[in-house]
Amino acid sequence: MPELMQFFLSGITDFAQGEFVMLGGMITVFAFEAGLPLPLAALIAILGTAVIGVALNRLAIEPARGAPVVSLIIITIGASIFIRGVTQIVFDKQIHRFPAFSGDAPIAVGGATILPQSLWVIAGALAVFIGLWLFFTRTLIGRAVLATANNRIAAQLVGINTKFIMTLSFAMSAAIGALAGVLVTPITLTSYDIGISLALKGFAAAMLGGMGNPKGALVGGLLLGILEAMTAGYISSQYKDAAAFVVILAVLFAMPQGLFGRKQTDRV
Amino acid sequence: MRLSSKTITLLGLAVVIAIAPVFFPSSFYYRVGSLIFVNGLAVTGLVILIGYAGQISLGHAGFAGIGAYACALAPVHLGLHPALAAVLGAVLSGIIAWLVGRPILRLKGYYLAVASLGFGVLVSMVLANEAAITGGPDGMAVEDPGLRGALKAIGIDLSNTEFWYAFSGLVLVIGAWLALNLYHSPTGRALRALHGSEVAARAVGIDVAGYKLKAFVISAVYASVSGSLLALQNKFITPDVAGFMHSIEMVTMTVLGGAGSVIGAILGAAILTILPQILTVFQEYEQLLLGLVMMLVMIFMRDGLLPSIARRLRRGGE
Repeated sequence: MPELMQFFLSGITDFAQGEFVMLGGMITVFAFEAGLPLPLAALIAILGTAVIGVALNRLAIEPARGAPVVSLIIITIGASIFIRGVTQIVFDKQIHRFPAFSGDAPIAVGGATILPQSLWVIAGALAVFIGLWLFFTRTLIGRAVLATANNRIAAQLVGINTKFIMTLSFAMSAAIGALAGVLVTPITLTSYDIGISLALKGFAAAMLGGMGNPKGALVGGLLLGILEAMTAGYISSQYKDAAAFVVILAVLFAMPQGLFGRKQTDRV
Repeated sequence: MRLSSKTITLLGLAVVIAIAPVFFPSSFYYRVGSLIFVNGLAVTGLVILIGYAGQISLGHAGFAGIGAYACALAPVHLGLHPALAAVLGAVLSGIIAWLVGRPILRLKGYYLAVASLGFGVLVSMVLANEAAITGGPDGMAVEDPGLRGALKAIGIDLSNTEFWYAFSGLVLVIGAWLALNLYHSPTGRALRALHGSEVAARAVGIDVAGYKLKAFVISAVYASVSGSLLALQNKFITPDVAGFMHSIEMVTMTVLGGAGSVIGAILGAAILTILPQILTVFQEYEQLLLGLVMMLVMIFMRDGLLPSIARRLRRGGE
């Protein structure tokens, strides 16, 4: 169910997000191989990645606040290359996996079979989706996050501690990325360099669905996953990853707003 | 005054290129020098895209790959002279950049970075997978263009490394000259205006999309020529030339030296080309170091090495 992973990634347009997914998988692998039980290893990976996300914000993004967009992009690209480089040295360049949570015996559903791990992925995606929805609509702090994302100065003026909110958002998005990595690694395997193609796919899914629209992101992710599977089946599995780029081009040509997006306007 | 500063810059560059060999203890240094010029050429193109127009691309290695493989494939399949193949590659890169750039330049910021990344990934994927044509990941041989032989015929006898040092250096000076000319041309001013504010640029009647596309196509041609030069002097090429890390190297070189300054960016190319040669550990830590350089430069010296130093010197002189 790699398509569901797209959902985790979509909406987040940051390069480093793909690296968080990679870190989630890689840290779990090495904690598990060091002898820790799998749930504990996964927890360490998620918390560790959240800390890395916060550090990234504090050390690299906050100091450059107010810089032109190009500079900020280069910083995040730099950060994600840096994370790759460190991972490659701290861990290694091999492809890894750890055992699926509930074994590898496929479950027969009607005529089709499904891996138990896929059910974990679906459950995880739903839990995150519902959790985020509750967080953003039902809690004061969730609304504060939305307000800060919308207009930082205005949020500050109404008494929101925007610095804390930024830290929280980075911790959350890193943790969610890591969770995605933990859930899918038994199926998709992981290595230090998967982050970039994940960023590309997540972005393609978000574009297909329409930027900034969670429902669109979910549908876009599913569609992209199906497209990838069809490319692999009918054309060549070597070009599976090309589907994402072709989708980006097609969306840009045919419907720049995506499937569910609204027309965007610029504020001067 | 401005005109003279451009002339001084170009003369300075030409003199450095011409005089440096006096200090070369071995022919290996010619090789490093020509690598610097090849990278410098690609980076000069990115100065136009990143520094002038304020757009980003993580897929320019894709164009370098097109240029390189044009030199490898056209002589075999079309019977073209390798030097003409380089021209063909540049034209092809320009056309592809125009086709791809038109949709993706609608995107901004991260989105543009990711979309251009996708393009680069696609090119390297094709080069690596179509093994029947491109030799796959093992790469393929490139014919010698015979330019050195032609020089020999008129009495200039250079060794292989010396010839490519001189030739790449010449191409780099021409490339830098064109880029510097562009800076002060109406096109250059339009690019810098839309870098400052797209809305403002549009309000004064600048065709924002058209100029962005122009910058993208020009920088793609630079990357393609640099790829061709690399293929011709190595006489061998692998899909790595189009790989993601090569794109990252190009962007890092550009921002390290100073994306807004041609000479600065060439300096960045020189530093990041020489470093792996003197630091053998660089290979292992390449990603870590490139990432670190990108972050540190953007946080502490946003304009890059050369402009930041120049400003400090000027302030010190007052």
